[in-house]
Amino acid sequence: MHFGPHLLLAALEGLVTSAVLALTALGLSLVFGVMRVVNVAHGEFFMLGAVLAWAITTAIGGHPALGFLAALVIAPLIVGAIALVAERLVLRRLNYNPEATIVATIGMLYIIQQLALTFYGPEARPVEPPFSYRILLPWFGYSGYKLSVIAASALLLTATWLVLTRTRIGLVMRATQYDSETAQAFGIPVGRVYGGVFALGAMLAAIAAVLIVPISQAHYLMGQDPLLLSFIVVIIGGLGSLRGTVVAAVLIGLSDGIISMFFSPTLAKIIATLLVAMVLVFRPQGLFGTRSR
Amino acid sequence: MSEASPVKAYALHLGVVGLLFVLSFLLPEYYHGLLARIMVLAVFAMGYNMLFGYVGLLSLGHAMFFAAGLYGAGLAVIQLGWSVPAAFAAGLACGVVVSLVIGLLALRTTGVAFMIVTMMFAQVFYLLILYFATWTGGDQGMVVPQPARVLSFGATSLELTNPTVRYMTALALFSIVLLVTLAIVRSRYGRVLVAIRENEERTKMLGYDTFSNKLAAVVISGIICAASGAAYALLFGYVGSSFASVQYSILPLLWVLLGGAATTLGPLIGTLFMYYVIDITSGYTSAYLLIVGIALILLVLFFPKGILGSIRQRWLGWLP
Amino acid sequence: MMPLLTTKGLSRDFGGLRAVDSVDFSLMPGEIRAVIGPNGAGKTTFVSLVSGRIQPSSGMIVFDGTDITTQPACVRVRRGIAYTFQITSVFANLSAYDNVALPVQRTLSDGRSKGAVRAGVMSALERTGLADRAHMPAGQLSYGHQRLLEVAMGLALKPRLLILDEPTQGLADSEIDNFISLVRDIAKNATVLLIEHNMPVVMQLADRITVFNAGKILAEGTPEAIRDNAAVQEAYLGTAP
Repeated sequence: MHFGPHLLLAALEGLVTSAVLALTALGLSLVFGVMRVVNVAHGEFFMLGAVLAWAITTAIGGHPALGFLAALVIAPLIVGAIALVAERLVLRRLNYNPEATIVATIGMLYIIQQLALTFYGPEARPVEPPFSYRILLPWFGYSGYKLSVIAASALLLTATWLVLTRTRIGLVMRATQYDSETAQAFGIPVGRVYGGVFALGAMLAAIAAVLIVPISQAHYLMGQDPLLLSFIVVIIGGLGSLRGTVVAAVLIGLSDGIISMFFSPTLAKIIATLLVAMVLVFRPQGLFGTRSR
Repeated sequence: MSEASPVKAYALHLGVVGLLFVLSFLLPEYYHGLLARIMVLAVFAMGYNMLFGYVGLLSLGHAMFFAAGLYGAGLAVIQLGWSVPAAFAAGLACGVVVSLVIGLLALRTTGVAFMIVTMMFAQVFYLLILYFATWTGGDQGMVVPQPARVLSFGATSLELTNPTVRYMTALALFSIVLLVTLAIVRSRYGRVLVAIRENEERTKMLGYDTFSNKLAAVVISGIICAASGAAYALLFGYVGSSFASVQYSILPLLWVLLGGAATTLGPLIGTLFMYYVIDITSGYTSAYLLIVGIALILLVLFFPKGILGSIRQRWLGWLP
Repeated sequence: MMPLLTTKGLSRDFGGLRAVDSVDFSLMPGEIRAVIGPNGAGKTTFVSLVSGRIQPSSGMIVFDGTDITTQPACVRVRRGIAYTFQITSVFANLSAYDNVALPVQRTLSDGRSKGAVRAGVMSALERTGLADRAHMPAGQLSYGHQRLLEVAMGLALKPRLLILDEPTQGLADSEIDNFISLVRDIAKNATVLLIEHNMPVVMQLADRITVFNAGKILAEGTPEAIRDNAAVQEAYLGTAP
């Protein structure tokens, strides 16, 4: 294959990564933006989504599309419910203190990971894609499912954006983000908003995982990379900015796809992590964000 | 705190050292070896406590300081054939360099950003170890050969692989670090560190350059953690990348939280207690990470001051 | 005699608001100077610029013949500018003794001796009448005593210029009388710059008064001259007399 098509393939793979990453990172960004909580267990919610998707498709059987659609609805709901319980039982009691919540979510990370290992096992298991149509390009054939992941992610991101900017729920969330005490004084049930946002953040990660699991298999350690990449995206995109998150996700996804096609993936990770740490040190508002209040 | 009862405080610490010395002759072989390991790791926790407990800086990247000492000493022996004291010094030197660079960068941030930045630098350090697998042995790690682990004084030589020598070396390191920590905490410098933790802005307005004081604390903490890492490589003979992973940044935090942040003996108690709990539960389950996770959550929820912190608050106000 | 402190064209903007607007100010050694003015006049911003807590947008600050405009706060404190906070910010979890020991140990030049720290701390606590509460955690002191502890910390820095930001706010009348004699005592070997709302305190203490309004110096003079100044009355009362 020539360089041009090779690059196109790398770019397409990168876009798939971006699509999933944008959803996952958006969840992390919402939780941080509204609640000021750094959720270290976010990657584990992603992993749970994938593992549940495997469990649901296996239980249902029949045509792959049927199980997949069921997983796309049920897995995020279960993950959201787990997140809600964790929020009620732990984060709320800590008064959302930033440092204590990091320690607590690290604890959650270990608990979820270990339970997944105990009940799901150390194997990586595949989920069949709902359809296996291949689109034939002049140079190579490309999975129609992967393209549909990009489309689905774009759709979900647009929907989230509409909810955040055009609905009362979005207004309530933004008011809480801006000043939770004033919001409380105006009768906004801040506690319920926090619970909802934490669950929503986890659900976004779970949806992303269900979308990706037919491409990369479900494994109990699969939450680590999305967590790190989401951190990178959120930091570069500017904390709590939806547009920044999407732009950064595309940027990171594409460069990750292209860099790891030409360099060793470890080196790519080293460079990316180091760059992001430097961004945090020297430009904490992110590359696209503006300095906050 | 620092004016009252210096005699009591020093007596208590010397008593703990004496007790550990006596235990060497009483413990059965298995626990003897375990306690030696715990003392070395408690030094790691004491280094962490220096920064987290007394300055209030919560780092999620201390594995890199431990690993700097571990690999600094390990590579010096394995690749360069250095003697044990020279390798230990090399480990300390690596700790100084790494903590100085990380301190200069990470201290530009505060709070949550500081936690994330330290975690990311540690991740880079970990990946570098994997990337340079030709020298570091990658994720397989390296074994420090037994013949190299000998301390020679002229004609006599001490083999660090001998259990008693190993225990006593670990105890010596532990005691030195414990007493140094106690002295720092009770010094004027210790008072400044606590002031920075309590209210950095106010401390600046008393004429203190808080950045330099924090940087010094990061380096002291880095040296102590590197000493623990270097001792681990030389005493137990294994140098592995898992010691640089995120998990080994979380563990000292857990030990310190459990024993009591900003208490000199808390790190030992936390490390001891956690090992004990894991030792008991390993009979029933291999899922020790589950216990770590549950312990972290229960601690932040119900015992944010840890064991010794609660004791100090209720009964023994003079505890350093 | 050369002024201890001068500012030239000192300004500070917050967004679009000019909180301090090209202020030319000078302070002679040994003076007790009061700064008064309505809320939002820029008094606290002005002393924050002098102490280095915030950086000026433009202008220059000279202390004892040296340009200190770009120096960080901790260096200015070492040069002898001490600032006591408007909102009490003692170290609540440390004992009163430790609170004062922090500034004392920094000003000591002889390094090691524990006795010197102790003597310095106890003398500052005695001057402010807190000696018998040395070992209480600062957070458990009464509000008035916390204000005094704040002053004791300022004193312990052995400042040449002590800036007191609304020191009598929230004090009872009996405490205020003690406070006035304390400031007079301090002024024997330091220059005092005092932001104060309580006019009787200002009239009793100040050698000269500077009146701020809308970020600018509106008037300056002896207490008597200020009392009779028409522009000042207008700024305070909103009407010409």
